[in-house]
Amino acid sequence: MANTRGAAVKYDSVQKSYDGESLVVKNLNLDIPPGEFLTMLGPSGSGKTTCLMMLAGFEPATHGEIYLNDRPINNVPPHKRGIGMVFQNYALFPHMTVAENLAFPLQVRNVGKAEQQEKVQRALDMVELGSFGNRRPAQLSGGQQQRVAVARALVFDPELVLMDEPLGALDKQLREQMQYEIKHIHENLGVTVVYVTHDQTEALTMSDRVAVFNDGVIQQLSTPDDLYEDPQNSFVAQFIGENNKLNGKVVEIQGEECLVELGDGTKLKADRVNVASVGDMTTLSLRPERVEFDTHDSMDNLVDARIEELIYLGDHIRVRMNVAGNDEFIVKVRNRGERRTLNVGDTVPVGWALNDCKALDAVV
Amino acid sequence: MSDTTQDGQVLTTQDGKPLKAALAKALRREKLRALMLIAPLLIFVLITFVAPIVDMLFRSVENGIVSETLPETVVALREWDPASGEAPDEAVFVALYNDMVIAVAEKTHTRLGSRLNYEQSGISSLFRKTGRRIKRMDEGGPFKDQFLSADKKWGDVATWQVLQQFSPSYTDGYFLNAFDAKRGAEGIELKPADERIYMFLFGRTLFLSIVITVSCLLLGYPIAFLLAALPLRTSNLLMILVLLPFWTSLLVRTSAWKVLLQQQGVINDFLVWANIISDSGRLVMINNQTGTIIAMTHILLPFMILPLYSVMKTISPTYVRAAKSLGANDWTAFWRVYFPQSVPGIGAGAVLVFILSIGYYITPELVGGTSGIFISNRIAYHISSSLNWGLAASLGTLLLVAVLVLFVVYDKIVGIDNVKLG
Repeated sequence: MANTRGAAVKYDSVQKSYDGESLVVKNLNLDIPPGEFLTMLGPSGSGKTTCLMMLAGFEPATHGEIYLNDRPINNVPPHKRGIGMVFQNYALFPHMTVAENLAFPLQVRNVGKAEQQEKVQRALDMVELGSFGNRRPAQLSGGQQQRVAVARALVFDPELVLMDEPLGALDKQLREQMQYEIKHIHENLGVTVVYVTHDQTEALTMSDRVAVFNDGVIQQLSTPDDLYEDPQNSFVAQFIGENNKLNGKVVEIQGEECLVELGDGTKLKADRVNVASVGDMTTLSLRPERVEFDTHDSMDNLVDARIEELIYLGDHIRVRMNVAGNDEFIVKVRNRGERRTLNVGDTVPVGWALNDCKALDAVV
Repeated sequence: MSDTTQDGQVLTTQDGKPLKAALAKALRREKLRALMLIAPLLIFVLITFVAPIVDMLFRSVENGIVSETLPETVVALREWDPASGEAPDEAVFVALYNDMVIAVAEKTHTRLGSRLNYEQSGISSLFRKTGRRIKRMDEGGPFKDQFLSADKKWGDVATWQVLQQFSPSYTDGYFLNAFDAKRGAEGIELKPADERIYMFLFGRTLFLSIVITVSCLLLGYPIAFLLAALPLRTSNLLMILVLLPFWTSLLVRTSAWKVLLQQQGVINDFLVWANIISDSGRLVMINNQTGTIIAMTHILLPFMILPLYSVMKTISPTYVRAAKSLGANDWTAFWRVYFPQSVPGIGAGAVLVFILSIGYYITPELVGGTSGIFISNRIAYHISSSLNWGLAASLGTLLLVAVLVLFVVYDKIVGIDNVKLG
């Protein structure tokens, strides 16, 4: 973030309640450095959108303070915060042309006519819609509308841009393309972006850091690869990527390692992440692509598994197996063209490394 | 599309019938079914609504009564030139005598008298008087003198001029009348200033309708805005309050305004009690234009609120949020972003209220006094009191045309596509 001109955001013990009976956001503390692309990721109702709306100024915080560049903004009305925002359904003004939409934030700031035109054109060029200025939003495709919405949120050079599930209405292919475009725009401009989504792929693709929300609390705040490789609890492990769960009991702890006994007596070695003491119940988390069929005796964990189902997916084969009584155990086998002979009903040994198996808090 | 294939063959069905004919036959059943479904209503509307209206509008030009009652006279009068300055000659009077004998026997001469009395006062009594004398006239003639001795008016050029003017089966007389004009010696001219009334009434009707539409908009817009912004449960409750007047009889509501607004009424009593006005200076708020405006605004308000509400309901609150996030303050966000999107609702509401109010009758009649009545009250007067149906029909036609013209103008300015009722 060399050329950053972004703003710093800070949530200081922010709480939010709509009805005075339950908290939607429970004691949120979050520091966003200038120029960062931070994604708030979580299922619906987890409080992520509420956090965004409080930052934009459309919802007052019940408790706590939000700072923008070290300035408290709780009492600043939305239109004076100077925050660009991209809405879920774009919210392009239907009675204005694309150029008028883009000129709107400049007009209300009393920017001169010539400068307006120049900035509008530059913003349109940035999203590769240079010749679409005279169209109405309704005459554009979903992806084009989405780009106009991004351009409009950036045209008045805000230091902070909020995006509320901006790609939700697009089809898969377009969504992926837009992810890269938004990412590149962020890299070129260096503004701070706070992005809300429930789509984990989106979060992993675009973000510098991801805050995983659940139940009004940030479950984990880390970089995308940390989030995937080192989930701090079962919710994050479940929510990010695909995950095999094995429930068991901790029987031995050695430093950062622990030994877990499953229901049928199988003992597995695991990385001790979220386990306090011997005797605790735990859920082991294991990524499907980390399970190997080519076992050798030096592997940390080796178990026999029965093949229940095979699904051919081209680049890989999904194998549903029964491991220690859990028949939802998924293994992804990369398709290397070697025509492995896997048959439903076979019992084969599978193995994985200790570090790939995380002992997390127990989920029932 | 061509009904032949490339080699010129007509496309046919399996059994050799032309495809197009088969298709038309298949679709005809569908069309017939659709027609059958709407037929009862269509027939009902045609018989009870369209036909009477067309018949009524036709009366504004229809004028068969002269040629039916005095057929021979009408023929004989064709030769007469009013510019000669003299009454017609004996031949016309012979025809008149023959016609009158039949007319008196059938008692149709008084009807003709009252019809022509619309055009020139005095003709009604002329025909009545002549009708009484006709039996005593000498059948051998000469008739001119006998008619003149019955009533000197038979010697007036004006009397005969009216008869000749209105002998064709169709007339523009009613419409001229509705335009405050008449056919004088030198063609069409305006009536004397103190006899002009209809154009003034049309003007007042238009003016008051515009005032009522504007006040409905000013009062209704904030309410519709509030209704659209509130959560559904609250807005449904408030909507019942808006609709409550709909479920109350129009007469009851208008009478309530009479109680409230009259000089010894609730509002004046309160203002006097609160020392805002003196007892001698009680406000006149009823039986004048103020009364009409207040009562009709109240009655037509739901017609403004409902279309406004249904349009505002579709305006997503995100737009205003987006405007604010882009730096617009509350007013700019409303005026630049929300208001333009609510224009279709304003258009629909305004057209609805305006068209309803321009033809309103009962409320102006009850609370309008003399200065607050509409053209429709005059039409009702001609229908039920003066029985000049032709004039009533021509005034009604003018009203209809005025509404259609305004509608077209509105379409040109706002665009009818911009009108949305929901």
